[in-house]
Amino acid sequence: MKPGRLLRVKGMIRKEWLQVIRDPSSIAIAFFLPMLLLLIFGYGVSLDAKNVRIALVVEQADSQSLSFAGGFYQTSYFAPLALNSIQEAETALRQSKVDGIVWLRHNFGRDYLRKDSPPIGVIVNGVDANTARLIEGYVQGIWFGWLEQQAERAGKKLQSPVQLEQRIWYNPEVRSTDFLVPGVLAVIMTLIGALLTALVIAREWERGTMEALLVTRISVVEILLGKLIPYFILGMGGLALSLAMAHSLFHVPLRGSLWLLLATSALFLWVALGMGFFISTIFKSQFVAALVAMVSTFLPAFILSGFIFDIQSMPPIIQGLTHLIAARYYVSILQTLFLVGDVWSVVLPNAAALVGMGLFFHGMVYRKTRKNLE
Amino acid sequence: MGHRILALIIKEFLALFRDKKSRMAVIVPPIFQLLVFGYAATFDLEHAALAILNEDTGGFSRDLAGRFERSSGFEVVGYLRSEAEIAPLIDRGGALLALHIGPQCSSDAARGESCNIQVLIDGRNSNTAMLALNYVRSIVSDFNEERAELNGVKLPARLNMRAWFNPNLESRWFIVPGIIALLAMIVTLVVTALSVAREREAGTFDQLLVTPLRPWEILIGKAMPGLLVGVGEASLIIAVAVFWFKIPLVGQLSVLYPALIIYVLSIIGVGLMISSFSATLQQALLGAFLFIVPAVILSGFSTPIANMPAFMQALTYLDPMRYFLTIVRRVFLEGAGIEYFWHDLWPMSIIAAVTLAMATWLFRHRMY
Repeated sequence: MKPGRLLRVKGMIRKEWLQVIRDPSSIAIAFFLPMLLLLIFGYGVSLDAKNVRIALVVEQADSQSLSFAGGFYQTSYFAPLALNSIQEAETALRQSKVDGIVWLRHNFGRDYLRKDSPPIGVIVNGVDANTARLIEGYVQGIWFGWLEQQAERAGKKLQSPVQLEQRIWYNPEVRSTDFLVPGVLAVIMTLIGALLTALVIAREWERGTMEALLVTRISVVEILLGKLIPYFILGMGGLALSLAMAHSLFHVPLRGSLWLLLATSALFLWVALGMGFFISTIFKSQFVAALVAMVSTFLPAFILSGFIFDIQSMPPIIQGLTHLIAARYYVSILQTLFLVGDVWSVVLPNAAALVGMGLFFHGMVYRKTRKNLE
Repeated sequence: MGHRILALIIKEFLALFRDKKSRMAVIVPPIFQLLVFGYAATFDLEHAALAILNEDTGGFSRDLAGRFERSSGFEVVGYLRSEAEIAPLIDRGGALLALHIGPQCSSDAARGESCNIQVLIDGRNSNTAMLALNYVRSIVSDFNEERAELNGVKLPARLNMRAWFNPNLESRWFIVPGIIALLAMIVTLVVTALSVAREREAGTFDQLLVTPLRPWEILIGKAMPGLLVGVGEASLIIAVAVFWFKIPLVGQLSVLYPALIIYVLSIIGVGLMISSFSATLQQALLGAFLFIVPAVILSGFSTPIANMPAFMQALTYLDPMRYFLTIVRRVFLEGAGIEYFWHDLWPMSIIAAVTLAMATWLFRHRMY
């Protein structure tokens, strides 16, 4: 180690730390932002459709029609609205007052008794295709349960050639919170990391203080270390807060080990801070760095990380592109650590990719911050 | 007076577009993002990785497994030999789901009993798991129905399902119009939120305040670039949505544009408010994020508002994106006219009026 390096790095850390403390926005980014985001994401992002408003049109109140319609009142998936005619129901669907219609025609009971296999009309509003598909699934469930019940009442067993038994591993209740909250942590850490550092180096260039730093004995590595350490500590504070909240507020189970979670999170924070430094160094202007940070951090982490949209469903080119998004690797690690456990065959390759990206960002920052002036 | 404002507008445009990097940062990313996100943001499950463990040798089970092999929803990634292979494969993400057909399947079916099959699904992504399960169910129930018909048995009642406005339930039709609202907001906010803060930090805003320009004139000058960039960028995205992604535009552009302009104005108001509150660019950037992220989540862009708890649903009424998102989707897919979304239009107009007025006031009565 070069003589005096520790002293210089310490001095640099102290200077950065004072800057952090004196501008409340850094503290807000590290602590207030994650809390706010976790609350909003945690409560606001859910793919579990409950209390779906559905119009029930029963044209003839016979026992078959009523017993089928009754199924919709017994589940929390639906909040049924009984309407008298299909015209009324269609108007309600057009006005977005209901999301779907179940229609039993007047001859339903009669045809049922005649064993004519009468149709049950189901119309869903397809604008939100995902919810529409979930609603269709729920309706199918009710329909199937009703068929079984009717068969039982007649003293028979519904004998279908194939009986399906399903098991959903790691998340048997299919709570979307359990998979979304780990992903939310990745989005939050991306934002915090990049926001903390995106302007830090650009600010020094813009104010001319970088040149002042460069004429001192301090080396580039020392400048960068001095800048990295305070923000790393801040970021880890925010991270610890988010983890504690995810666990206590949203009851997401942590099946993997805590130390591995902390270690991989620290690794990701290092990458995210590196990305912020990278933006800051390349653009050298706070205004442009801020523009770039806004468009290149939140949306890619939100849409391309696999946090909410499954990467496997994307076209191959886009799947290739997601490999450039650091959050993708972290989301994958988090979902596995939280819901499955320490699966090394998932953790190791993703962690290796993070190390690679971190080295790239920090290496580029080092290369571009030569002690020379343009 | 007119030329004063004009001069300010020209100056604002120059400030934004003279610098090449800043020009690129405003124009290029949204177009690129539209293309990428338009393809990436999908809830449709295609080619889900399926592993099959068929312990039965009969024709019945081969027929059943064939249904899965031929389905476009699934792609068979492997045939397993024993049950012990399933767990490690799913653990490491090698397959999304495994279909397990027991050794007795064909003989059970031949005796007129049910053949029991098992499907094991990776629940890490609960939405994908549900979609996969729905596909499996519909393949099995189609198979059952055909088999039952072969034996001359009819189901006592059948479901006849249809989807309005999006018959094939393509989630892209839902997401891409949403991206119009999303990117229009981000571009507009980026342009406006940083503009005053930048002048504050450089000290030139004080100079602007001592000129004869009145606060509302400054407002117009600062708002024009945002309005033009926001509406222009949105128009471009609408064109790409219609001509590239082939999203059906059932409704009229003439009802969409007034809504778009009001929406962009409300975002400009928010952006200028953030900008007036902040003394530095760092603070403006933080402020912009503090608005964008909750606004996107609460708008219903990715997950429906109806799924949120009641207090969150109440918060969404403050979010201008919520209203425009509903409008743009309904105009695109349902062809809704203004009478169907009037109740979304007026709250957005109020938000625009309030935020613009607040921003004007804040120019003179700033915090720092």
